[in-house]
Amino acid sequence: MVIQKGEQPQRSRLAVAGARSATESVFGAGSRADRIGNVLFRALLLLGMGFALLGMMAIIVWSFVDGMPRLDMNLITEGPSSITPETAGYRTAILGSLYVIGGVILFIVPVGVGAAIYLEEYADHTRWWNRLIEVNIQNLAAVPSIVFGILGLAFIVRGPLDLGFVAAAGSLTLSLLVLPTVILASREAIRAVPSSTRLGSLGLGATHWQTIWHHVLPGALPGIITGVILSVSRAIGEAAPLLLVGAVTFVMFDPSFFEGQFSVLPVQIYNYAGRPQEEFRVLASAGVILMLAVLLVMNSFAIWLRNHYENKNAR
Amino acid sequence: MISKKWLQVAGVAGAIPFVLTACGGGGEADSSGGEGGGELSGQIQIDGSSTVGPLSEVAAELFMEQNPGVQISVAMSGTGGGFERFCNGETDMNDASREISEEEIALCEEAGISQERITVANDALGVIVHPDNPIDCITVDQLNQIWGPDSSATTWGDVEGLEAGDAADSEFTLYGPGTDSGTFDYFTEAVNGEEGSIRTDYTDIGEDDNAAITGVEGDANAMAFVPYSYFMEAGDAVKPLQIDSGDGCTEPTLENVQSGAYTPLGRGLYVYASDVALENQASVAFMNFYIENSAEITETAGFIPLTDEQMSTATEQIESLSS
Repeated sequence: MVIQKGEQPQRSRLAVAGARSATESVFGAGSRADRIGNVLFRALLLLGMGFALLGMMAIIVWSFVDGMPRLDMNLITEGPSSITPETAGYRTAILGSLYVIGGVILFIVPVGVGAAIYLEEYADHTRWWNRLIEVNIQNLAAVPSIVFGILGLAFIVRGPLDLGFVAAAGSLTLSLLVLPTVILASREAIRAVPSSTRLGSLGLGATHWQTIWHHVLPGALPGIITGVILSVSRAIGEAAPLLLVGAVTFVMFDPSFFEGQFSVLPVQIYNYAGRPQEEFRVLASAGVILMLAVLLVMNSFAIWLRNHYENKNAR
Repeated sequence: MISKKWLQVAGVAGAIPFVLTACGGGGEADSSGGEGGGELSGQIQIDGSSTVGPLSEVAAELFMEQNPGVQISVAMSGTGGGFERFCNGETDMNDASREISEEEIALCEEAGISQERITVANDALGVIVHPDNPIDCITVDQLNQIWGPDSSATTWGDVEGLEAGDAADSEFTLYGPGTDSGTFDYFTEAVNGEEGSIRTDYTDIGEDDNAAITGVEGDANAMAFVPYSYFMEAGDAVKPLQIDSGDGCTEPTLENVQSGAYTPLGRGLYVYASDVALENQASVAFMNFYIENSAEITETAGFIPLTDEQMSTATEQIESLSS
């Protein structure tokens, strides 16, 4: 028995090596043309990545050069001003963005992860309604953001929920927008947890829920956090749907979550970028840098959190 | 550039104490609440045109400095989008760069909201060309030949009666705003006779009027139409044409726009206020403040101030709407 157990991996390793060499012989490894082709394809891939990086670098460098004169503390501590753009800042917009994004996180983590757990662990995939839900989620991920804005206006701001034009309505709208991403990423992460972990836990007498809570979720957490990071990064940069649900371009007072008007960073930047006066456009460029900084701070915290759990799992 | 802006800021800052004393002294101005000093409170929500928006922002900011208890927010969903919310009772005032339409009036009446158009500033559209362009003056008919929906003109020489000198054979490039813009509505109605009617093969710059300036700046044979503040800010980079509507060439200057001589491309900018909103004392005070301080507000935002006649009309309108 003991010998047999040791042999099995050995045998499968042989099988894998055999399969690989068989495949290689079919496709033919190492002809000169192939090697050139490989190099060319690699170069093409690098070129593609280079373009993406170049575009991003251009935006960052351009914003820095343009916005440099206004990268000061006023940018954070002062509210918007149409009279003195030289000292105006983004205080109310930063607060608005933080409120909206905070609401998004509070909403998408439980709902998104809950949906993923249901679909991965409980749903019977032979039932038509579960398959319908899956197809719908995948399609929702590709719906343009403005459509969610219209939905938010009709159902959240007005209509059944009737929240009014407040930050909470913005949060809910953006949550709906990014929820598919969170669900898809969380499902992948949950699926990646080896089934031996589940079987081991169940075999030792744990219930289905205990298995999920104590073994599956901790293992999937890094992947889930990655999905949340991506979603929040998308949500923080959205302007179009928020314009529809009432993000205004000019509030001098600090916002609150359930009442009163609010603004967010991208909307404020968009407003300033279109002004005729040079000072406003400098302010807009500085705002771009500010938004990147806010995003980086939020993401680095999430990445720290993810690494923390990854290390914990490895131990 | 910066020093000029600083001067303007200093000018506005210097004007505030003056306004304060003026409000305190004048008997009529007592209703303005300008000296209320924090007694007023409440929220005022403004939405509407992105042309008038910056003006309302300046007015709101100056007003809130004197009345810290009042919270004013300004959004810019466009004139039409703003009216939709305004007539739904969701905003107190709507910035507009055109008059309210029949459908919008019906929408407001349905919700039991009666509104009044209050002129808060004057604006002008400029037809701009490259500084090297030999053309200085253009008639409305010639503009129509260039921008009309059936226009087949492609070079300056194709336009009847236009003295384009040696540029006559050059093909022109046209820049215009997208169809959502109030500037677009206004220009098409004034020049082509019908709102929205325009040739379709011009370069659409969307809502960003700066793009038109940039385009004309870099192209010796370009033409565009932009709001007053945009070409004033651009200085010598572009050349605004004089407009001849039958009474000779008229420059788009402050005096000509105010006097009404710069037709048909001079216009009023409006704030629509509802009777419901003006039940709030803060809203009444704000509207009066907006009118009385027209000079400072329009100068800061880059528009043309109200004439005395327009100011007294507006004050009467506010009074009748709030009583």
